[in-house]
Amino acid sequence: MIGLYIVTAVLVLVSFIADRRKTVKGIKIGVKKFRKILPNYLKLLILIAIVLFFTEGLIVRYLGQENGLIGIMAGMLLGSATMMPGFIAYPLAGVLVERGVLYMVVAGFVTTLMMVGVLTYPVEKEYLGAKGTIIRNGVSFVIAAVIALAMGVFYGEVII
Amino acid sequence: MKISARTRNYIYFGLFMAFIAVSFLLKYEPGVAMGNNFYLFAKDMVLILPPAFILIGLFDVWAKREVIEKHFGETADARGFVWSILLAATTVGGTFVAFPVANALYHKGARYSMIMTYITAASLVMIPMSIMEAAILGPKFTAVRILVSLPLVVIGSIFIEKLLLRMKYRIPEVQEVQK
Repeated sequence: MIGLYIVTAVLVLVSFIADRRKTVKGIKIGVKKFRKILPNYLKLLILIAIVLFFTEGLIVRYLGQENGLIGIMAGMLLGSATMMPGFIAYPLAGVLVERGVLYMVVAGFVTTLMMVGVLTYPVEKEYLGAKGTIIRNGVSFVIAAVIALAMGVFYGEVII
Repeated sequence: MKISARTRNYIYFGLFMAFIAVSFLLKYEPGVAMGNNFYLFAKDMVLILPPAFILIGLFDVWAKREVIEKHFGETADARGFVWSILLAATTVGGTFVAFPVANALYHKGARYSMIMTYITAASLVMIPMSIMEAAILGPKFTAVRILVSLPLVVIGSIFIEKLLLRMKYRIPEVQEVQK
């Protein structure tokens, strides 16, 4: 985090020395883009806060399925529907593994959590367009499923 | 009177904040929990987004179209994917930052497969997050996840590009802020 500020400060300084007018223009562009997207980010934060409240219980309850495939599906659906920062997601994943949830289920959950974003749609569509967003999320969901199954094979949870 | 989507989002935000404030005052549990969730996310975003957008602005004025086209555009070779993944691994803030960066790259001439690789990799192989993951779930978990996902990310991105090109799709320009 501090690294990001140092890098930004150094680059702004270098850019300023190289070309003052360009730097001011660049910063203005950045501020403008930020102002444009800010309300969407705010909406996203609200949605996440609300959805997370309702799904936290579901996650712990439904991922510990006896049936691995149903567990994977539940994990992937919950992972797609919600969104969490890593510092919450991984401790939660650690708790799930300790409770005996299969690694492949955790993998499906964590991967979709990061790659597939139903909630992030309002922000993503501003940058990729509606169709681009839908296609990217669709393909990501399939990739997440393959990763989850591969994890099952590596951990000996799926016998082939 | 027509209210713009922008204004509406700010109104939602105001209402939500009022709800949280009242919840805290009345100790209404669900509201307090949502407020805490919101704070956890917002804290990070507030810190990361402003410098990230300044960098995007600087990128916009300094990055030469020809350079981006050469390394990430039509003429890019397989190394372009490596660059996209490396750029993703070092992106702070995950997809929240990756979306606007990908958009900026695209409008400087990067092709679909490269920006899709970048976004997907940014959600999968971020270095700080992967370190945390390895510490909690074990290095094997992280290694398998990353090694299995990278080839899929590249194949998936090439597939997305084929699909989007067939649709003659163009990513819309990010509109100016209405005054």
